[in-house]
Amino acid sequence: MTFDQIKSILSTKTVGIAGCGGLGSNCAVALARVGVGRLIIADFDSVSEGNLNRQYFFRDQIGLLKTQALKENIRRIDSSVMVEALAMKLTKGNIPAVFSSCDVVVEAFDRAGEKEMLIETMLRFFPGKPLVVGLGMAGWGKSELIHLRKSDNLYICGDELSEVSEELPPLAPRVGMVANMQANVVLEILLSITNYELRIKN
Amino acid sequence: MRITVNNRVEELKGDRLTVSELLKVKNFTFKMLVIKINGKLIEKPQYDSAAIAEGDDVQVLHLISGG
Repeated sequence: MTFDQIKSILSTKTVGIAGCGGLGSNCAVALARVGVGRLIIADFDSVSEGNLNRQYFFRDQIGLLKTQALKENIRRIDSSVMVEALAMKLTKGNIPAVFSSCDVVVEAFDRAGEKEMLIETMLRFFPGKPLVVGLGMAGWGKSELIHLRKSDNLYICGDELSEVSEELPPLAPRVGMVANMQANVVLEILLSITNYELRIKN
Repeated sequence: MRITVNNRVEELKGDRLTVSELLKVKNFTFKMLVIKINGKLIEKPQYDSAAIAEGDDVQVLHLISGG
């Protein structure tokens, strides 16, 4: 497929991104660059200085809501990408409504408890909807441990091992690898669904 | 009995076990878990009763912080 063909397919798709931190911001930017038509981004947090070592924000955005800053960054890359910016805390009560129109959802939360809540809620309400999870991306090096594991509609990106801590902080290179792997998996899903649809039509 | 756990084949004693028993046998002591049997989500209150049998495909996701 040429990029033009790819872009015309992606422009009709909607991707939800739960969390706009290290994973979410980098994944959103990658998807915006290739021309996903609509992104639903959700995060209640604001940009702080400590975020800049891995999150797709700029120094002059410190203090802004992450959803606001990310929406602006995406607008500067490609203003034709529709961004629905939801500055809110996602809960099992509102997740179904927020992500019901998405073709794929990216899990980009930080805390294990939140990740667990999102995955369970999505599996409960939308077992057929592809969910791309980011799990284990702390520290540096050990690139070869980062993998993709698929289980029905659940796709897990990361090393599934390294938990972030003071001694093992999340850093741009490794976090970026997982975030971009998530975006790459999203592409695989969106482009292959369409191939299937085209094949059965003919 | 033979089952798959996280896409790996496992040989286990007996012909049935509950999710809780599997976690004990495999030493999965982690608190934050998402478990699926044959593609279906198993909710936490069901861990003591949900049964795993020969040929089942079990996915155990251990959630860790970071993202």
